Amino acid sequence: MNQQEALQVVLDALGEFNQIHRRDQPVPPAPDTRLFGPGGHLDSLNLVRFVFLVEENLQRRTGKSVALTDERAMSQRHSPFISVTTLADYIVKICAPNSPNS
Amino acid sequence: MSEPAVSTSNSGPANRPPEGDVPVTLITGTRKGIGRYLAEQFVAKGHQVVGCSRQAPDWSAPNYLHICCDVSDEPAVLQLFATIRQRFGRLDHLINNAGIASMNHCLLTPVDTVRRVLDTNVVGSFLFCREAARLMQRRNYGRIVNFSTVATPLKLEGEAIYAASKAAIVSLTEVLARELAPFGITVNAVGPTPIETDLIRSVPKDKMERLIARQAIPRYGTFEDVLNVIEFFLSPRSGFVTGQNVYLGGV
Repeated sequence: MNQQEALQVVLDALGEFNQIHRRDQPVPPAPDTRLFGPGGHLDSLNLVRFVFLVEENLQRRTGKSVALTDERAMSQRHSPFISVTTLADYIVKICAPNSPNS
Repeated sequence: MSEPAVSTSNSGPANRPPEGDVPVTLITGTRKGIGRYLAEQFVAKGHQVVGCSRQAPDWSAPNYLHICCDVSDEPAVLQLFATIRQRFGRLDHLINNAGIASMNHCLLTPVDTVRRVLDTNVVGSFLFCREAARLMQRRNYGRIVNFSTVATPLKLEGEAIYAASKAAIVSLTEVLARELAPFGITVNAVGPTPIETDLIRSVPKDKMERLIARQAIPRYGTFEDVLNVIEFFLSPRSGFVTGQNVYLGGV
């Protein structure tokens, strides 16, 4: 999966998240949108909701079950959940052919 | 500048299911025994029931869909939930009934037996809770009922692994209740006394009688006793009841 495809996965999930949970105050669907942490749009509860929408979207596209919050994600020096772009970058990394998730 | 994080309302599980079609109820271990009884009861109450077991059942019912599945096999469980999502688009209730027991002295219990009991009773229940919650949270409503057992508080000799696996279920129920409350999902457990089913067929009669004598109400439980507690937990009016474990028979 290339960066553009991964970005689309995250943005689609964000659109779905907004539709289900944030109709009144949608999270801006843009690459530089900050998700979690300082200045982020999501608290921990909404991060959970959002991440598994991303996982579902990934599964629909790849046909494989991908865990975005396993020990590898938690042990990254920089959290993959800081922004839409950092999450897309992480998806590219774990979907790479030599990744244990592939 | 980014907008501040916004908290979602955290007022706890909803008291009413969302408007819509008939409720969808998933019950594990429905090939026989209490699972079959529960499936038939909820079909009769107008639910769409989905059941599962490793082997196909020799019975069927209208508005009942059976899916063959080992509850501890993650890919099979994911496929089962994908089927529910495609067919019904929702899940209102999960009754985690599937379970196995092994009665033996710990000195004589092979580790394969330990793994099998933990896989079915703990891993299976966890997988179903997780996947059910994923489906339920979309509508901000759900009811999960797990199965514990009086063997845990009675500290029954010969049932170390079974009792331990069900102690894990009590703990799982209590923690998941807190984790899933913000998603409108309640999680509770029912702990039946011995019921005359296959699960206790191999236990000597005198042992069962001694066990039943330790209950406040010394009799075998019935399927109806268990159904009564489950109906209470599933009720839309039980939205403020979560993290509870009800032992039957006054244990």
